[in-house]
Amino acid sequence: MDQFLAVALTIITAATPLLIAAIGELVVERSGVLNLGVEGMMVMGAIAGFAIALTTGSTMLGIGAAILAGMGMSLLFGFLTLTLVANQVASGLALTLLGLGLSGLIGESFVGQPGLKLPTLYGIDGLVPVSLFLTAAVAYVLFKTKTGLVIRAVGNSHNSAHALGYRVIALRYLCVMFGGGCAGLAGAYLSLAYTPQWIENMTAGRGWIALALVVFASWRPWRTLVGAYLFGAVSILGFVVQAMGLGIPSQFLSALPYLVTIVALVIISGNKRLTRANTPACLAQSFVPDR
Amino acid sequence: MQLILEKRGDRSEFFALASPFLALFLTLIVGGLIFASRGISPLEGLYVYFVEPLTQIWSLEQLVVKATPLILIGVGLAVCYMANVWNIGAEGQLTIGAIVGSMAPVLFPTWQDPSVLVVMLIMGTVGGALYGLIPGLLKTRFNANEILTSLMLVYVAQFILDWLVRGPWRDPKGFNFPVTQTFEGWQLLPTFGGTIHLGALFAVLACVALAFLMAKTLKGFEIKVTGNAPRAGRFAGFSRDRMVLFCFLLSGGLAGLAGICEVASVVGKLQPQISPGYGFAAIIVAFLGRLNPVGVLFAGLLLALSYIGGEAAQVSLGISDKIAKVVQGILLFFILSCDTLILYRIKIQFKGVGTLKAVG
Repeated sequence: MDQFLAVALTIITAATPLLIAAIGELVVERSGVLNLGVEGMMVMGAIAGFAIALTTGSTMLGIGAAILAGMGMSLLFGFLTLTLVANQVASGLALTLLGLGLSGLIGESFVGQPGLKLPTLYGIDGLVPVSLFLTAAVAYVLFKTKTGLVIRAVGNSHNSAHALGYRVIALRYLCVMFGGGCAGLAGAYLSLAYTPQWIENMTAGRGWIALALVVFASWRPWRTLVGAYLFGAVSILGFVVQAMGLGIPSQFLSALPYLVTIVALVIISGNKRLTRANTPACLAQSFVPDR
Repeated sequence: MQLILEKRGDRSEFFALASPFLALFLTLIVGGLIFASRGISPLEGLYVYFVEPLTQIWSLEQLVVKATPLILIGVGLAVCYMANVWNIGAEGQLTIGAIVGSMAPVLFPTWQDPSVLVVMLIMGTVGGALYGLIPGLLKTRFNANEILTSLMLVYVAQFILDWLVRGPWRDPKGFNFPVTQTFEGWQLLPTFGGTIHLGALFAVLACVALAFLMAKTLKGFEIKVTGNAPRAGRFAGFSRDRMVLFCFLLSGGLAGLAGICEVASVVGKLQPQISPGYGFAAIIVAFLGRLNPVGVLFAGLLLALSYIGGEAAQVSLGISDKIAKVVQGILLFFILSCDTLILYRIKIQFKGVGTLKAVG
């Protein structure tokens, strides 16, 4: 039983950063914006959280800094894609490249320093309940409130929403910033709880996996939760198999989460009923209001 | 204060030409600010980073050597992005190209005549193309997002390389270092005297060939139509699926060629790290070159300069060469921003004052 509990805990630990980042991106995509820069915002959150926690001695301030860093990065993306209507795919890539470069430069003096660890409750990191609360809150707001209805309307037909008098661009800015804050928080989870230290590129593709999770969950919050825990389980599976000593090269087990992501995408995307009904119709389309 | 976009009647030919230079200029300003924030005089920093490497024969050679993979990959990606096909996994295709191409020298170390080089180049190209085909097929068969699958495959490729050089392909005489045996003789690309190797010629040829393809052939027209007006493309009978596969084969093959050229010249063997992110930097090359094969040629040289400038800055100014990645990221940001000016006028509106024309 204890062993089962230990495995469950490690799965939760691996799943939480994916869940937080994916929930944020889900809101962004529901509003019709595709921000491929999750990896870049996440890694900036990781270094900002680590650096501020280390220099001030407060993990809370670290978390705050990580959220702000993610939001700051997302504002850059918002300015590019919402104000200047640049291509969203290219701008997201730019955000990721910039985030990875900038975090490497800032983080250079922090490599190898012992970090601070977030306080835990009964062996569970403080951010785990936060991630569950975020999921519930997003599920409620998106599908049970008028705000959520407007967000989805903007994502499905920005022209109609604009004609009805909703401020498409302003709303999208807010959603993009929410996504950025979540990505930053997910990054802080990595550098303050998962492995409390700074390693360059420590997000290791988790931002991209979070993006895949949103597709896998067909833009539904609770399915995102299920997906994140499945992915967490798969990445832990690698360690378990390795511990059993079956002689499988460790590199293959490390590659497993990425392969599983591909398989998951293939299974879900092939299912027209799941994807067509839920994909925001205006996803990744720029909006320029007629005046 | 509010920025307002106003659509131009026609695309601005002036800004189509000027926007990369404007982006470069803005990048230089931000670069200067970064130097200043590190206590270095901005002008000195920019000189060391962007000008000094151009004043020595040695670094000019390095410029061409580093530009070679960037151009090879970038020109393939330019065609992809023109067709609205998003291959961002070139780094993985480069890695697999390097692995497959290296099979000949690693498995038959005594094979020493010109044919081994030809086999290496062909296998590298084919390996990269087939690895690129995977996200292409997943897209056409299962509608799986090619951005995500091609990127995931980068990680997979790097793990395969890591496994090979630490496991079955490790040089038994290599003191347990994770490397294959060093390539020699015909297993290496011939050079033009110094360090510039045959790959540079391939890069130029690829640009010329693709410039011809885009400008003069039906395929080029098909690429542009599919990318700019997918509906019109469908009415014209152009198959979107075949276009996706074509783009992935082409860009994957060129990335694979870049990979085998790197290991058969600069690196000289397989090791866990064979590229400083050329596959990702090539994305910037493609955009900086305005998705135009000839533009890519110049953009590749500029991005190569950003790598060399980073090294120069580390040596002479004592700041990390990681600044190169930051400069590259900022550059892509400004390229994308400045491209807005091609299709739109930007106006700045002050509350209550009316409209003030700002740019263009």
